[in-house]
Amino acid sequence: MSATTDAAVRRPGTAAPAAAGRGLLRRRRARLLLLLLLVLVAAAAALSVAVGSRGIGPGAVWQALTDPGARTEETVIIRELRVPRTAVGLMAGLSLGVAGALAQGHTRNPLGDPGLLGVTAGASLGVVLAIHLLGVGTPAGYVWFAFAGALVGTVLVFTLGSAGRGGASPVTLALAGAALSALFYALVRAVLVSDTDSLDAFRFWVVGSLAGRGPDVAWQVAPFVAAGLVLALLNAPALDLLGLGDDVARGLGQRVWPARLVGLGAVTLLCGAATAACGPIAFVGLVVPHVVRAFTGPAHRWLVPGSGLLGAALLLLADVVGRVVARPGELQVGIVLALLGAPFFIALIRRRRLAAT
Amino acid sequence: MTAAAQRVRQPGETVVRVGPVSGRVRWRAVGVAAGAAVAAVLLAAVSMGRGDFPIGLADVLRTLAGLGDETQELVVWQLRAPRVVVGALVGVALGVAGALFQTFARNPLASPDVLGISQGASAGAVAAIVLGGPAGSGLVAGAGVPLAALVGALTTGLLLLLLAWRRGLDGYRLVLVGIALWAVASALVDWMLTRAAVQDAASAYVWITGSLNARTWSEAVPLLVALAVLLPAALACGRALGAVQFGDDTARGLGVRLVPIQASVVLVAVGLTAAAVAAAGPIAYVALVVPQVAVRLAGGPRPPLVASGLLGAVLVVGADLLTRTVLPQALPVGVLTAAVGAPYLLWLLVRGRRRSTL
Repeated sequence: MSATTDAAVRRPGTAAPAAAGRGLLRRRRARLLLLLLLVLVAAAAALSVAVGSRGIGPGAVWQALTDPGARTEETVIIRELRVPRTAVGLMAGLSLGVAGALAQGHTRNPLGDPGLLGVTAGASLGVVLAIHLLGVGTPAGYVWFAFAGALVGTVLVFTLGSAGRGGASPVTLALAGAALSALFYALVRAVLVSDTDSLDAFRFWVVGSLAGRGPDVAWQVAPFVAAGLVLALLNAPALDLLGLGDDVARGLGQRVWPARLVGLGAVTLLCGAATAACGPIAFVGLVVPHVVRAFTGPAHRWLVPGSGLLGAALLLLADVVGRVVARPGELQVGIVLALLGAPFFIALIRRRRLAAT
Repeated sequence: MTAAAQRVRQPGETVVRVGPVSGRVRWRAVGVAAGAAVAAVLLAAVSMGRGDFPIGLADVLRTLAGLGDETQELVVWQLRAPRVVVGALVGVALGVAGALFQTFARNPLASPDVLGISQGASAGAVAAIVLGGPAGSGLVAGAGVPLAALVGALTTGLLLLLLAWRRGLDGYRLVLVGIALWAVASALVDWMLTRAAVQDAASAYVWITGSLNARTWSEAVPLLVALAVLLPAALACGRALGAVQFGDDTARGLGVRLVPIQASVVLVAVGLTAAAVAAAGPIAYVALVVPQVAVRLAGGPRPPLVASGLLGAVLVVGADLLTRTVLPQALPVGVLTAAVGAPYLLWLLVRGRRRSTL
């Protein structure tokens, strides 16, 4: 807790001399971590372009990326399949990591993944209705329905969560999210148990996959991801104050309600875009902030970008692994993430004493 | 939290002392529990009367007392009672398990659904359905699926306990390990569903939604035995939980021996969940929603165990009654528990005062 107070209240240069050394060290460490993560993301993106179920030499990969005139089968695979897929993975990973850090900060709950705020459930309902009522059947077709569902979900959660006397507290937000998700999933299940064809399409969406995500999907979600990232970075400093409790934050001059609105807006845009692009991927948003927090401490100006970068690296690497382990088929990225990420996460929980949000 | 800590005795409470044992009776909680019990019994009786062969409420009660005619006896005792009994017991088990987890982890979202135990059961059952050959055939469909679910739930629960254990249990670590297990188990379920034939996937999906269809005494009796052991254990844990809710250090200071309490709370909650999901599948959100509804109705600092159990029974039996009477098409009860329970919790949230504690 004292660390939070340090990071949030102190401005650079005004530090108490005793705390200065520690604060500087932590800041330097956080900067180093962000740099390392940036390198990791670049490496993961390069791997994601270079590796796939079809072996393509590094020379051909380089040619495809640098020489627009070349048109062989291999360059087409790189440009039209692997690059868009990598771009979607990058955006989705960034979005989910950042959204997870924001959601955990706003609900002050370690279980506060973006799905908790009704995004995933809303998107699932949107996709199920699109499949069931309109017969939509492609990833690019799902995007708008998933996005609309996510938007409706979060707006409802925020409205209901702040409707009680006293406004949106972390507990009412989390509970409203859980309850509304329950309701949405009930509708999803009601459709799926009675319509096998919809289940047949939905079961491939719900695992979370980057397969078959082309340039159209990437361009559809890119503006929302960009807007969401900007809002999230603007929102990060306010979260440090909100973490002290709403009353303390108010006393320190933070306007609580606008900050919460901006933060949840960012979560909706980011998580909605990611879910629309590749289906619900729960693990990144839930777990990545806990891992990053173990290194940066609770200060959100480091936690939010760090979570985004680690999320992107994780998602891309998991996708590469999924393409390699089950050749010529592939294992969906959501499954690889859970199966590889969970043991690692458990080991981290056991080794370090993770601080609560 | 502070309000609860400062409060020693409030109006509406009576201190009862019987020999060396003393305790506080909170009349509002007793009232909620009694109301829930009456509602559960009434819903159960109405539910036993409904179906292709309708029986009036009075006749149902007479038959249950052993005074009905032969047809009524057959329909009520052999066909409908087991289903209703399984529903009620599952509701009790899930409500109590949810209350135990939420109090122990000091987190209103900690429930068997979120900590991976229900998902572990689903993974076991889906594996049995998908790998065990065509849906609805032979041994796998009969004894195999509940058994696989039981094994899945217990395995996940024990993993949860072992992996989160490090010189005692910490609610926060338990929750984090739980979500990791949840992620693994639900990834396995999703993956198996994409690999299965469509028909198998459909029947597996009905199972993981949670259903009371075609339940007989052979499901009800083992569940009854399990609850007869686990519920007294849960209530015995309840008293110590009152101290645990203030944090581990305070609990130690109050003289609670934490390690045995922590282990037994988690084991009892896992056992209750496993018994429930083996009987009826992971009926969604009962364990999450019911304790939160109970604590808002009964007041007090934490979800009351008895009232949570009884309200769980009301929710499951009531939802099952709705699926069989009001809806045009028979849906699994798991759809309705969420559809009924969630709006009620939302209404309580909107209406209620802001709570900053659990």
